[in-house]
Amino acid sequence: MFTSVDDVSARLAETGYLASPAVATTVFLADRLGKPLLVEGPAGVGKTELAKAVAEVAGARLVRLQCYEGVDESRALYEWNHAKQLLRISAGRDETWDEARTDIFSEEFLLSRPLLTAIRGDEPKVLLIDETDKADVEVEGLLLEVLSDFQVTVPELGTITASRRPFVVLTSNASRELSEALRRRCLFLHIGFPEEELERRIVQLKVPGLDETLAKSVVRVVGALRAMDLRKVPSVAETIDWARTLLALGADHLDETVVRDSLGVLLKHQDDILKAGAKLDLDAV
Amino acid sequence: MSTAERLTSLVGALRTHGVSIGTGETVDAAQAVEALGFADRERLREGLAATLLHSPAQRPVFDPVFDLYFPRGVGAPDTGPADREELRERLARALAANDETLMARLAAEAVDGFGGYGNSPSSDGWSSYQTLDRLRPQTLLARVRDDVRGQQGMSGFTDRLLEDEIRRRIEAFRALVAAEARRRVAERRDRDEIARRAVAPTTDRVDFLFAGKDRLAELRRTVQPLARKLATRLAARRRRAARGSIDLRRTLRGSLSTGGVPMKPVLRRRRPARPELVLLCDVSGSVSGFSDFTMLLVQALHDQFSKVRVFAFVNRLDEVTRLLEHGAADAEGLGARIRAEATLTGWHGSSDYGVALGEFASLYGDALSPRTTVFVLGDARTNMSDPNLPAVREIAERARRVYWLNPEAGAQWGTGDSAAYEYAELVEMHECRNVRQLSALVGRLLPI
Repeated sequence: MFTSVDDVSARLAETGYLASPAVATTVFLADRLGKPLLVEGPAGVGKTELAKAVAEVAGARLVRLQCYEGVDESRALYEWNHAKQLLRISAGRDETWDEARTDIFSEEFLLSRPLLTAIRGDEPKVLLIDETDKADVEVEGLLLEVLSDFQVTVPELGTITASRRPFVVLTSNASRELSEALRRRCLFLHIGFPEEELERRIVQLKVPGLDETLAKSVVRVVGALRAMDLRKVPSVAETIDWARTLLALGADHLDETVVRDSLGVLLKHQDDILKAGAKLDLDAV
Repeated sequence: MSTAERLTSLVGALRTHGVSIGTGETVDAAQAVEALGFADRERLREGLAATLLHSPAQRPVFDPVFDLYFPRGVGAPDTGPADREELRERLARALAANDETLMARLAAEAVDGFGGYGNSPSSDGWSSYQTLDRLRPQTLLARVRDDVRGQQGMSGFTDRLLEDEIRRRIEAFRALVAAEARRRVAERRDRDEIARRAVAPTTDRVDFLFAGKDRLAELRRTVQPLARKLATRLAARRRRAARGSIDLRRTLRGSLSTGGVPMKPVLRRRRPARPELVLLCDVSGSVSGFSDFTMLLVQALHDQFSKVRVFAFVNRLDEVTRLLEHGAADAEGLGARIRAEATLTGWHGSSDYGVALGEFASLYGDALSPRTTVFVLGDARTNMSDPNLPAVREIAERARRVYWLNPEAGAQWGTGDSAAYEYAELVEMHECRNVRQLSALVGRLLPI
């Protein structure tokens, strides 16, 4: 899919995703070694975006499995279309039970869910397993077969193996510890907060019309907030929100009043706002 | 050294630091090296990290080890002998411009020029401490600040961020010097040995008793994620336990309508009894880091219990539950606040388990019930006073379970004034020296 690490950065950038060297290198390796990519990191640093960008670059279809507590086999893998099976049986032509039985467990009655969809078919696909940590432990077991051999076993039909491997991205916010077995099957990428220069470019890309000096100041203030010991430090998504807010407020430079009035866009806890206000010498918030 | 050898020794060094790496991952790493080549060192670093590591906590160990096995260069930098003033001058400019490549080169020159000790030129070693002591990069702060202001003009609001930014850059430079000194030492001595000794352990393996101030701050930051991890594990356990077993009597009664055929099994319903927790924490100087950390952890797990009561002691005992509830956000001052607001010491300042446990048994006996689990946190060093075993026996009888978590290595128990073994005969005592052990123990012992 990609020829080099630079190729990855360049083509991702075309879709509006500016990748750090770590991200570009890991995506390149995941493609080259044909391994799934496990992406961890705080919320709002662009984990899901990465999968979307890769799909766009590769001209691939994005198949997404959103995990949640209680997601199960029939939501993740496949399900039999019971209603249709019943219709088929009651339409009952003259046939023996054996014939009917083999018929109702054929492809026609199989409802493909994300994991199976990602494996079947020949067009290029990106499989995004989003928020893997939200799913129960049992689901990880399902994933293991898919991720190591790219195959799914349906008891009535046999094993379905991928003729073309999808590019797999798993994301996690680390709210639950993923099993060692799952981790071993993946390349591991931790997306942290970007370097100052990269973040400024991201902000300018996402918020066109923002003055360059202002963008720089925005990123510096966010950097300073991240260095503080806060309950929830602002992520890239919040930096962008803040930049948009400033643009909407018509602020052309940062001063105490502007920062004080819009700090709530960046920080989500009252104690954080107070603490940051004190450290940045803002008057009482 | 061939690439394969280099890679396997890198893996070996990481394993000694507790990073579990299988053969499969090593093979992946080799493929990564092949796909990426050696042209770009930072890419190689990221590639190896992606294939070998499984969690971000391992990264602080990985980076210095990588620097040792895939060094930036070999031998001394090819510049002439450095002049101190001139080097400081260039460093100031690099800091002002935030030029990381230049800073790395200067770090190499600085170690080469000022870090060597022993009889030069065949010096015995390289010291980052000595380098930094002579170079004093921290004294450049004011000057760099004025430089940057001179170039950019006073840029209003962001100007107040400048000093902290420069401070962080200087910190980064110090880290570069440390890495460079390690690399130079490793060239002379056994690389594997240096990788094992000179690289700091991951946060979850830092001994509570030997953690410095900044490591303790780092430990406190691990509380939230750790608590969340434990909370999900406990919730899952509770959910499983709630499914319960078959209630035979009610199943049979239900079967009457089907002529005695038990069509529907009825499950026994559990009373959702959340356990109560009592913590007895030794907060005397020697073990305070450990008990602070554990208290924070339990506080973060608060909603898993119907009631949590926390008692702190040195040689007097006092309840501090309310202090933990109020200052949720301020972990830093917790220990200090407890010492300031609670009566913990009598005539002297060293810990006395006998008196403290006795006070607990006599004054706060009502905190104990058959639903209570008690955790005692401390090193069981009584300073030669009476360990008051009857009090412990009484606590153990009235509570459901009592666990003692001891931050000392098992080998130290019973030595000197430690009454560890005496207490261990009455209540279950576990060694609990670092976050890894603590989270394993808490996950296993908590009564849910």
